[in-house]
Amino acid sequence: MSPMSRFVFGGSGPALAMALGFLLLLMTATGAADNQPIDPASGSAAKLTASSVAESSMPGPVADAGADVANDIAASAAPEPAKNLMAEAEASEPDLDPETGSEPDLTATFDERVSELTETSFKVKEAAAQAIADSGDARAIPLLKALLAGDLYYRTADDRVVYVAPAGSRGWALTDALSGEALGEVGRRDVRKITVNNRMRGALRTAIAALTLASPDPALRLRAAREMVGSDDPSVISAVRGQLAAEDDRQVTEVLALVVAIADLKQPDSDSRLAAIEVLHGNLYPQARNALNALLESEQDPEVLAATKAALDAIDRKRQLNSSIETLFFGLSLGSVLVLAAIGLAITFGVMGVINMAHGELIMIGAYTTYLVQQAMPGLTDWSLLVAVPAAFLVSGAFGVAIERTVIRFLYGRPLETLLATFGISLILQQLVRTTISAQNVVVQNPSWMSGSLQLNPGLALTYNRLYILLFALIVFALLLLVLKRTALGLQVRAVSQNRAMARAMGVHSARVDALTFGLGAGIAGVAGVALSQLTNVGPNMGQAYIIDSFMVVVFGGVGNLWGTLVAGMTLGVANKLMEPWAGAVLAKILVLVFIILFIQKRPRGLFPQRGRAAAD
Amino acid sequence: MGLLQPLKGDTGGQIMLAVLALIAILVPILNLLVPEGNPLHVSTFTVTLLGKYLTYALLAVAVDLVWGYLGILSLGHGAFFALGGYAMGMYLMRQIGDRGVYGDPLLPDFMVFLDWQQLPWFWQGFDQFWYAALMILLVPGLLAFVFGWLAFRSRVTGVYLSIITQALTYALMLAFFRNEMGFGGNNGLTDFKDLLGFDLQADGTRIGLFLASALALALGYWACRWVVTSKLGRVAVAVRDAESRVRFIGYRVDRVKLAIWTFSAVLAGVAGALYVPQVGIINPGEFSPLNSIELVVWVAIGGRATLYGAVIGAVLVNYGKTVFTGAFPEAWLFVLGGLFVLVTVFLPAGIAGLLKTLRRRRAQPETIQREATT
Repeated sequence: MSPMSRFVFGGSGPALAMALGFLLLLMTATGAADNQPIDPASGSAAKLTASSVAESSMPGPVADAGADVANDIAASAAPEPAKNLMAEAEASEPDLDPETGSEPDLTATFDERVSELTETSFKVKEAAAQAIADSGDARAIPLLKALLAGDLYYRTADDRVVYVAPAGSRGWALTDALSGEALGEVGRRDVRKITVNNRMRGALRTAIAALTLASPDPALRLRAAREMVGSDDPSVISAVRGQLAAEDDRQVTEVLALVVAIADLKQPDSDSRLAAIEVLHGNLYPQARNALNALLESEQDPEVLAATKAALDAIDRKRQLNSSIETLFFGLSLGSVLVLAAIGLAITFGVMGVINMAHGELIMIGAYTTYLVQQAMPGLTDWSLLVAVPAAFLVSGAFGVAIERTVIRFLYGRPLETLLATFGISLILQQLVRTTISAQNVVVQNPSWMSGSLQLNPGLALTYNRLYILLFALIVFALLLLVLKRTALGLQVRAVSQNRAMARAMGVHSARVDALTFGLGAGIAGVAGVALSQLTNVGPNMGQAYIIDSFMVVVFGGVGNLWGTLVAGMTLGVANKLMEPWAGAVLAKILVLVFIILFIQKRPRGLFPQRGRAAAD
Repeated sequence: MGLLQPLKGDTGGQIMLAVLALIAILVPILNLLVPEGNPLHVSTFTVTLLGKYLTYALLAVAVDLVWGYLGILSLGHGAFFALGGYAMGMYLMRQIGDRGVYGDPLLPDFMVFLDWQQLPWFWQGFDQFWYAALMILLVPGLLAFVFGWLAFRSRVTGVYLSIITQALTYALMLAFFRNEMGFGGNNGLTDFKDLLGFDLQADGTRIGLFLASALALALGYWACRWVVTSKLGRVAVAVRDAESRVRFIGYRVDRVKLAIWTFSAVLAGVAGALYVPQVGIINPGEFSPLNSIELVVWVAIGGRATLYGAVIGAVLVNYGKTVFTGAFPEAWLFVLGGLFVLVTVFLPAGIAGLLKTLRRRRAQPETIQREATT
């Protein structure tokens, strides 16, 4: 039997897919550009901005503000605020320090003020802190934050103010708070903490909040404002109130209003609470929901209570919507993985009638190629994937051509026997990787541009790696369609698969076409391996995890139909994720399998069966 | 001679059965009567190993029946094998009684561990051997019947059928991995003590199980021969070669398929039931689709559509596996993989086909024909 195939494409199919692909590409490209400074790993980008602003010949305050931006971005993006704050300060300050330039007076004053912090009198310290806050110096915010967090010390030997970080078992690594210069490691006794009292803490919070909120950059103000959401510190709230009156950016105003509204829920008079609830109506910040829930417990006034309930309902509706979108996204993401894994199989299985059990291993080879490429270009992780994609295509493709030439070409027309032979090949390839590389999983790095997530609204973030892989799957699909529909090779492939004898009579070199087709399918498996290496473990057995799913997708979609593969992969992905919340991951998968078994009973040739004589075996 | 009718003309099968009978007589003697120091002594470990091979051989015969004579490449026969094994395992678990680690008289250890209060309904009755034996036949048979009834009625054939049998065993594997299913989850069923009152660790019991496996293989082989030589078997071969034509002549193709398919699944279940007490464990790994593919490969290597070839293939490949994984664990997958490739490319009729060719070449050197088996 020979399930020779005819591609039944919709007329505008490929063009549509291409358009969609480019559109999505465009969207993420701009998204990535917007996001870059926020990315935790791109502190260096922020640094770059800061120094370039500082070097430009603008007057002092503006340059300082630029530096301020850099510092604050670094600080606010840090997962562990105190520790990273110091690291970032260390990283960015040397760039700023070389003669802050035109205002030597200010610098001198700033240094003096900082050294005043080492005094014992809280009064002196408070005045010094206030002066530091008022100085407008770039170093003020990290310094004050460290002071507040209790991370600011001074060296007992020379009263130098330093940041400390634990180093070794006992010692501490010092960084000069003013110059950012590393001062080596010392024992804990050599430094003394600059203590603050409660009064000073309040003042510091206000000063820090005011400083960040006063930044001229709206994006920065927005981040500062977001950090304050849910704060119940009166000094912060009063700073926010002050800024709210002066704020002209719409987004920042919104967040500032939210900060105030959450605080206002505790106001004694019902009208203020009502007004606050009005602001919080349908707001997706978790803090808003928590605050409203807290109010629900304590509220006495029935009118306010009703408004609270309404506001919470609105929030829950939006959250519902968010979680639906999230499920859909996860489903499409899983679907894109399935499509990537299955699409190469759709070529070898669908077009050539070869049941390639080694398909999973070709995916694995692609993933290992990614690993080897990363090993070959250390320090260039961000670029390695761009090299790995063509490399994996070529390596897996070469394996594919070799398999076709040495084994499969003897087995055409015996599809069930190709299954056995390629299963043997899959065992050999697995063992090959185990012996030559390692039996253990290897670590494939994620480039920085794939980490992080796209924040659509306060309650919904889509991770970039999944987004990119979804996009990548669509691009691969579109390219494959293009190759099959628009190139000479594609024409020959379709001709040979429909009627080998006739194609040969017309002068098509069928053996060459077979080898290239199988190579194409294998190469795409390799490219899928690059994508999968970003999502899952890379090990000798990884191929086996995908082979069965891939077959399900191809069969469900209809053998010999690429569009069927796309639709089937996405449908199965989404169905899986839709069932997961109530059925659990494993049961969801079982249900999907049972569904496929039953579906095949109803439509024995898949979603999009081939038509005409080619379908009749 | 009516009983021997199915074996007429089946030289390979006759030789195979003769060798089987010889082994079945010699092995117990060499194990029980020859003292341990003697080079002719067969250790109990070897006896169990041989018994395991024989259950694999029975499974391979079951696969060959549907693949060789019906043209259905089942990638899910491991599921029927495992279901038979689980039914036996459940009986063995109930036999442990209060000798388990937790000493619960009714609940198996894993249920106590999962804090279950009572025995699930599907575990009821498994303390009786007759009931377990019935289930060993009924569970795989029923599953195969329902699955086959759906699939054959809808005329799912070829690659599609292979893939959904694979989906079946894959789904069952995932299901049995879940603790909530009540079959011991990941760990499966193990720590068996005795079978029908005989200690499973005792040499005598091992010999008994070995003999039971040999007997099951002989009977199973005979039954399969009986099927393929019957009128039903002839129709089955016709279905394999030209399904549409058989249907147009007026045969109910789906019923022919369903009957043979279900029978094959029952055989696989029996093989599984004999396998479990000998290896002492059954876990969801037995459902793994790779296992099912591997056993198809035994049949391919032995020679499809010969039945005795399946026995040769199963025993040889598994013997090779035992030897190689012990001596060169690194090389085993290379050997096995290479074997698959070489056999499919150069020996499409398997070892049985090779033997047949050699015999014919000796008999009539001038007319060498290779029998087409596909």
